[in-house]
Amino acid sequence: MSEIAPEAVAEQVTPSTPDATAEVGRARLRTEDARLITGRTTWTDNIQLPGLLHVAFLRSPISHARITRIDAEDARRRPGVIAVVTGADLAGEQGSLPCAWPVTEDMVLPDHPPVAVDEVRYVGEPVAAVVARDRYAAVDALEAIDIDYEPLPAVVDMERAIEEGTGLVHADKGTNTSYTWVFEAGEPDAAFRDAPVVIERRYVQQRLIPTAMEPRAVVCSAVGDEYTLWSATQIPHILRLMLATVTGIPEHRLRVIAPDVGGGFGSKLQVYGEEVVCLLLARRLGRPVKWTESRSEGNMAVHHGRDQIQRLSLAADRDGRIRGLKVDLLADMGAYLMLVTPGIPLLGAFMFNGIYKMDAYSFRCTGVFTNKTPTDAYRGAGRPEATFGIERMMDELAAELGLDPLEVRRRNWIAHEEFPYDTISGLTYDSGNYEAATEKAMRLFDYDKLRAEQADRRDRGDPVQLGIGVSTFTEMCGLAPSRVLGSLSYGAGGWEHASVRVLPSGKVEVVTGSSAHGQGHETAWAQIAADRLGVPFEDVRVLHGDTSVSPKGMDTYGSRSLAVGGVALYNACDKVVDKARRMAAHLLEADEGDLEFSGGSFSVKGVPGQARTLQEVALAAFAAHDLPEGFEPSLDSEATHDPENFSFPHGTHLCAVEVDTETGFVKIRSYVAVDDVGKVVNPLIVEGQVHGGLAQGIAQALYEEAVYDADGNLTTTTMADYLVPSAADLPTFTTDRTETPATTNPLGVKGVGEAGTIASTPAVVNAIVDALRPYGVDDVPMPCTPERVWRALRAAQSGQAPPGGSPEPGAGGGLGSAGGAA
Amino acid sequence: MIPAPFDYVRPSTLNDAVTALREADEEGKVLAGGQSLMPLLRLRLAYPEVLIDVSGLPELRGVRDDGDSIVVGAMATHYEVMRDPLVQAHAPLLAAATSTVADPAVRHRGTFGGSLAHADPAGDLPAVVLTMDGLFVTSAREIPARDFFADYLTSALEPDEILLGVRLPKTYTGWGFHYEKFHRTAQAWAVVGVACLVRRTDGEIAHARIGLTNMGSTPVRAYAVETAVADGPASREAFQSAARDAPDGTNPPSDLHGSAEYRRHLAQVLTARALATAAGV
Repeated sequence: MSEIAPEAVAEQVTPSTPDATAEVGRARLRTEDARLITGRTTWTDNIQLPGLLHVAFLRSPISHARITRIDAEDARRRPGVIAVVTGADLAGEQGSLPCAWPVTEDMVLPDHPPVAVDEVRYVGEPVAAVVARDRYAAVDALEAIDIDYEPLPAVVDMERAIEEGTGLVHADKGTNTSYTWVFEAGEPDAAFRDAPVVIERRYVQQRLIPTAMEPRAVVCSAVGDEYTLWSATQIPHILRLMLATVTGIPEHRLRVIAPDVGGGFGSKLQVYGEEVVCLLLARRLGRPVKWTESRSEGNMAVHHGRDQIQRLSLAADRDGRIRGLKVDLLADMGAYLMLVTPGIPLLGAFMFNGIYKMDAYSFRCTGVFTNKTPTDAYRGAGRPEATFGIERMMDELAAELGLDPLEVRRRNWIAHEEFPYDTISGLTYDSGNYEAATEKAMRLFDYDKLRAEQADRRDRGDPVQLGIGVSTFTEMCGLAPSRVLGSLSYGAGGWEHASVRVLPSGKVEVVTGSSAHGQGHETAWAQIAADRLGVPFEDVRVLHGDTSVSPKGMDTYGSRSLAVGGVALYNACDKVVDKARRMAAHLLEADEGDLEFSGGSFSVKGVPGQARTLQEVALAAFAAHDLPEGFEPSLDSEATHDPENFSFPHGTHLCAVEVDTETGFVKIRSYVAVDDVGKVVNPLIVEGQVHGGLAQGIAQALYEEAVYDADGNLTTTTMADYLVPSAADLPTFTTDRTETPATTNPLGVKGVGEAGTIASTPAVVNAIVDALRPYGVDDVPMPCTPERVWRALRAAQSGQAPPGGSPEPGAGGGLGSAGGAA
Repeated sequence: MIPAPFDYVRPSTLNDAVTALREADEEGKVLAGGQSLMPLLRLRLAYPEVLIDVSGLPELRGVRDDGDSIVVGAMATHYEVMRDPLVQAHAPLLAAATSTVADPAVRHRGTFGGSLAHADPAGDLPAVVLTMDGLFVTSAREIPARDFFADYLTSALEPDEILLGVRLPKTYTGWGFHYEKFHRTAQAWAVVGVACLVRRTDGEIAHARIGLTNMGSTPVRAYAVETAVADGPASREAFQSAARDAPDGTNPPSDLHGSAEYRRHLAQVLTARALATAAGV
């Protein structure tokens, strides 16, 4: 096993112990949890308005067809039905749903009407909406709408979609290719020429369904020309701007509220057709409307995640040093480009090199249209796919060279003394300590002991084999420096806003543009403000998610809230203290430079007893009887923070699996996650994010897959078929941290929302392959179902090429190995 | 996830319930715990005109001792069945299988009779009752288990017939037992399940009874394996050899959770394991 230099575990990487009075660092229970967990709160579906009408959508049952006739007369006559609208009825006002990320100048961007007008392109696409007095009447009336479809060829398979002669998802565009995006650094061809080792693999990132606990829901009211839209969304601010753009309703007449939102994982980072239609219906009818989706409806119509075919080539020297990496992706866009659909796989472009040094790198991604639900951001968004690719390849390289997988990583990773480090893909990693995280993880995992047990089981021919999987990941998050987004043609910036109001009573209101949907902002933001202002935690209230209350914001996604929005709050608090210092100096008749601020109180250095609390200063500013010259009577302050760099959390995850070689069943025996997310505001929230992230990453490895049949029908519309693991299926996680502060923000924090998901998928699959490598298995396609593990074993043992997966449509896709070492 | 409109009645006598079913003229459905029926209604896979809620019928409740058999009421919840002393004493295989059904919430609502009348070959209880030669007691007659499961989601119950409970003989009291369930997640249905009862004498298997879950459109007995292990040694090798016949006569489905070929393989592995656990080797 690799020797990790002991000096690497420097003191600064041991998580700091907060002092007893500090709020930042304290493992507080989340103050919002009682109302969220009991549901006694404003979930969108809980909202009732006088005269509320209910909306239901009729959705296409066919993946690709021309609509030749719609007869809604029977539906309109049903009791309780107020209106039925089709795409044709809305054609003049519904516009086209936005895509804010034109990744290339010649990207093919099809029209995307919220309700299909003359052609449907995926199962679940809306074709009509019913408005009724209650939701039962609305849903019943759907069955009375009669539609004739003329089927068109279904484009289901990405590789076939880009071949000549295949049917077209958008006939008017003449191609199923949306774009091809390339990046190159160093000299890839030179790196591969005469390389002693070349590993080539093909991996499939299966399509996933985000499955937030709360389904989508929208309520919209129109009073005069003022509109209020409540939505279970992650992005009230972006949604407001986009809805104004799509519908022509002036932005200042539209208020968007994200009340309490029950999870999103990226699926609510979207501008959905249902939101547009509810707005149009409220305008048309002059009455408030509500729509809440069902789980099976959501499985078809909420944007999906992942869905890539990766062709990877890695060139290395015989000592394991990486020379170069070539990445060629096909990324399934689905039928339309939604808000950031085309950019998602490109977030991976900067992450395929992982934590490793190399001489050359090339990346190529082709976005492909298919007759399936559109894809877009899902927890990790591009980075899990990239991390899977490189971490699987590192294990393949180790196997090829007969090295321990940790040793081959050690020979390539960036050493802790090399930070800041400019990577081959053009990012600057500000800080990190891969040695320390790895050393700690190995210790907690008891790595050597498990390797010994593995050897013993192999010797004994135990039908249950042990496998050990490694994932030494990093990721880029805290989206994002606006200048970088601009250079990637993204349609907006990446700043965040915060304001702090010190009320006359000394209580504090924090307003954040970051829109929490379960992450615990109300607790963590109060902790930051309490520390910076020296006020009790209980005296801080956090407001968010309503464009009238929190007018500026870029919302929550990409693990950005703390690293961007938290820093904006930090800066706003400093401005409050600066104002208060001036006021306090005036009250104390002292020079500002002679004041100390500590524990919420300004005191004159060397003059005990001469002090004013922040609360006293706030009241005096409010009274405004005696202000310094030119001082506005308020301590309130705001700040907008645009990060100078991404944040780069990293960590070492180790997974041990027991693989039953007779049935193919995989059981996770133990899982150790040592994450370095920099300084931590609330360790309990970090722990929760890691646990949830691990569950979702493990789910991709073992359980979840959105399966389409050959005709483009989604066959995993219920949770009986789309398997989401519960606590009963997961091991007790061992989590720990190292703490290498980010150097690019004053809090020293990095994002944590996606790290667990990004890291864990390759750790699990590496473990499975490690268990089975002596049998000749070098890959199992995801999800690694028992049958796929069994088939991989059988194929390897019979010496045949692996079969093309299970016989049922879509569930196979072929084992992902395109060849061994060259 | 909103059902089509239906009427609902909750009769308080068996007579009224049967009358209500008869008046529904094949458009009625019996509602027990609702754990299978309600999802079908919400997905609009079933459109009954009237639901007859049988939770008010005292005849369907509880578990009782009846001489050389016990009678498990159709409305006994899974939770009640798992914990019932009579079931634990005389039908521990049923208690064991029932404890693997879905999750605690479902086990508190779902009923023994509802699960059987639903006749889902992926359900755990049909194979157990088949293995135990249960006798289905209805409002009109008694039906042996081997005749009760007619086809996929189809039982022998007539449209106006109500399942009252199942009579389980005490014949298997003291036999070794095991329910080997193979499923992908804790709450998922069995990909394949094996219900197994064995009687041992002097290190040999005197008798074995084996029922398979999800290996066809109905639960099936693995007669060939039962015959092969009878009067043979209670050893893993013998069980593995005999279990090769487990897929004989089965017609397993292919679906997202497993192909027919894989299910046949699983039936062999799991049957050997079930025999070994039941026989205590």
